[in-house]
Amino acid sequence: MNPPLLNIENLSKRFGGFVALSAIDLAVQPGERLGIIGPNGSGKTTLINCISGALRGDGGSVRFDGRDITRLPPYRRTRLGIARSFQIPRPFPTMTVAENIAVPLEYVAHRRSLHTADVRAEAMEILQRVQLADRADALAGALSQIELRKLELARAMATGPRLLILDEVMAGLSALEVDEMLEMVMALSGQGMTVMMIEHIMRAIMRFSQRVVCLDAGRIVAEAPPAEIVRDRNVQRIYLGA
Amino acid sequence: MKHWTGFSIAAAVVLLAALLAARTIGNEYFFFAGYVVLQFIVLATAWNILGGYAGYVNFGSGAFFAAGAYSAVALIKIFNAPLAVQVLAAASVCGLLGLLVGALTMRLRGIFFSIATVAIAVICETLVVNWAFVGGARGTTVLQPEAPAFFESYTRLLFVVMTLLGILAVALARYIERSWIGRGLQAIRDNEEAAESVGVPTLKLKLFAAATSGSLMGVAGAPFPLYMNFIEPTSAFSLNYAVSALAMPIIGGTASWVGPIIGAVLLGSAQQIITVTVSSELNVLLVGVLLVTFVVIAPHGILGLLRRVFGRKYPG
Amino acid sequence: MAELLIEAIVAGILLGCFYAAVSVGLSVAFGLLDVPHIAHPAFLILGAYAVYLLASYGADPLAAGLVLMPLFFALGVAVYRAYHVAFEKRGSGVDSGLRGLAFLFGVGFIVEVALILFFGVDQRMVDASYIGKSVAVGDFRIPVRMLVAFCLALLLTAALSLYLSRTFTGRAIKAVAQDQTALALMGADPVRIKQWAFGIAMATCAPAGALLIVVGPVEPGLGRLYIGRTFCVAVLAGLGSMKGTLAAGVILGVAESIVLTSLGPSWAPAAAFGILLLVLAVRPAGLFGR
Repeated sequence: MNPPLLNIENLSKRFGGFVALSAIDLAVQPGERLGIIGPNGSGKTTLINCISGALRGDGGSVRFDGRDITRLPPYRRTRLGIARSFQIPRPFPTMTVAENIAVPLEYVAHRRSLHTADVRAEAMEILQRVQLADRADALAGALSQIELRKLELARAMATGPRLLILDEVMAGLSALEVDEMLEMVMALSGQGMTVMMIEHIMRAIMRFSQRVVCLDAGRIVAEAPPAEIVRDRNVQRIYLGA
Repeated sequence: MKHWTGFSIAAAVVLLAALLAARTIGNEYFFFAGYVVLQFIVLATAWNILGGYAGYVNFGSGAFFAAGAYSAVALIKIFNAPLAVQVLAAASVCGLLGLLVGALTMRLRGIFFSIATVAIAVICETLVVNWAFVGGARGTTVLQPEAPAFFESYTRLLFVVMTLLGILAVALARYIERSWIGRGLQAIRDNEEAAESVGVPTLKLKLFAAATSGSLMGVAGAPFPLYMNFIEPTSAFSLNYAVSALAMPIIGGTASWVGPIIGAVLLGSAQQIITVTVSSELNVLLVGVLLVTFVVIAPHGILGLLRRVFGRKYPG
Repeated sequence: MAELLIEAIVAGILLGCFYAAVSVGLSVAFGLLDVPHIAHPAFLILGAYAVYLLASYGADPLAAGLVLMPLFFALGVAVYRAYHVAFEKRGSGVDSGLRGLAFLFGVGFIVEVALILFFGVDQRMVDASYIGKSVAVGDFRIPVRMLVAFCLALLLTAALSLYLSRTFTGRAIKAVAQDQTALALMGADPVRIKQWAFGIAMATCAPAGALLIVVGPVEPGLGRLYIGRTFCVAVLAGLGSMKGTLAAGVILGVAESIVLTSLGPSWAPAAAFGILLLVLAVRPAGLFGR
């Protein structure tokens, strides 16, 4: 059994009196496709924030590739190979799409050769993969919803991650657009990338995941392959009420 | 390197023009006023590195300027240091000052950095007023040395020196703006959390910008005691520096290294004319009114207006 | 030695309540409404000068301060509207934070320069029956005007605190500070509420300005020192907390008083900035932080 790529042990997070995460234990294997579901407010985004470093947990540890990253700032975790997309896209609006991609390329992939790298070609290649190449010179502030989502994905990819965390990257998209996104994500997984996907769109979770984890009120209440997770009593109670 | 050919040529031309002027123009007042405008070019460019590129507003530019001036004075008094050493010392001291203020506040929201710059201004002024070595509240005289044979007066030498410093400051700003550093700063300004998440070391970059900005402001202030033959706290720490350093880039346009130059030349010249013809209070009022007007109506400054009229990206 | 210290502390408590009174408007504007109101001290000085004007016609300064409140309220509404339309409404754009701050700084600066043009740079004072006398309490002599300032400060802070917690509009103001969207969904217009709140914050500058000129002479440049003091109190209090403002004011007052006695008057204003920097470094949420 390989050591997990990401190992979370006993992770907790509170905001004042509100407990967002409680004693979370989660291990993600290299190359795995992990789906995360759960009602709003169950702590999914908080969990992502604790993994990416945007938040620090109040207890427990986060290990990546054997290394304790619990106290590292976000940019160091990114350089180690963790990338995340934001639930509400956060582009750099005064820069063009290509420049948006140039930033992670210059700061992560080409960090050690900053003066000589010409990142334009590489940025275009990444944009091709998400089919945004034709918008390369448009200002990021002018993009449509799905284009913004693609940019989020492309920017995360540009950091050259080993673990990609997608936070509701398909929210608000049409069925066709969901399929488009799913195809791109599956292609990434096919290249060996470990992907964690938070989603509400069950169709996507079912098709994408090898394993699904369900959060509720800050705890993991179910963990199973997709076919079994829908039959789990807890999950049914959470989603259907009975 | 190809992007720098045009700039280098222009810089050489400017420097030659300054040298030529120093030899040919008879009216001494031209050099007094010109020095002030050049000084503001450095100050405005310095401000913009942190304010325009990174989005952190410095209200205490006067403190950095004065700290540079007083560092120079201290060195003159201690061992009569040459001008170049004074400038280097001022750059170091003020760079450290910028680093300190940044280290204390840059983990927090932008406004706390701004308040801290006001704090530093008051604390520095209090320190200087109580420091007898540099003259305290009464100030101290500074003797201009003999000007080298090429120059008719020491002021003309300072004029050329400030031209050179201006060129260096603008070149530095231009380099930062077009490099990966500038893109990182822009990312931070656009969305700091996202920047951090794509690998930008936001705190380090912000501290770099703060140190560089402070350092250049100190450089602007270093020749000031020699220029005035005298230094005292009230004029060195004048609020006019703080407001002008902020107003000039905003009026000129904060997005590019060209903006502060436009703002400094226009506003600096206007200030010189008004102070002489009308009054200095009205001059200061004008700066405030222009600042507020531009911030509300023309947020991208004159450069932004020009861009809208001519419809292309900034020259650079 | 101990006597000097106790005297400094007593003076500091009185001074501190005064500082709380002049900062309470900022606690609302910056603490609750999140407006980077760096022009607040400038309007305090404006209030002081307005009181000076009325006092020169024979009015009692404190009464003048109260009478001027509606005028300052209207001014506050106007300033907020301009700020909101120019910066808050144009979207949480990239530059709007910087420009909003620069705008308020410019406005404050214009107020200061206008005062210089109108009144000159000399210090101005007012006269009243309670100014110039002192009363003996135990071994110490306490200036009556400080006692008056102390009482009025407590009144002002208490009134504002009650307003925010007991009245409908007051609670709406606290609500808008916490969650604008929820408030809007409940049918209240967040912009009108913020406008009202900013008006109140500005209105406090009238009686606070009166206190300012009662406590000591004023001159246009005083604003810069009060940037440190008011923001120190507002931040140390924990943004938006009224009772925190009182506590923080007292802490600052005592600290400044001690610095005054030990290091002299030129260092006293630096105490505020020193405390502010310390708070920002150690506990930015302040004493009663949200």
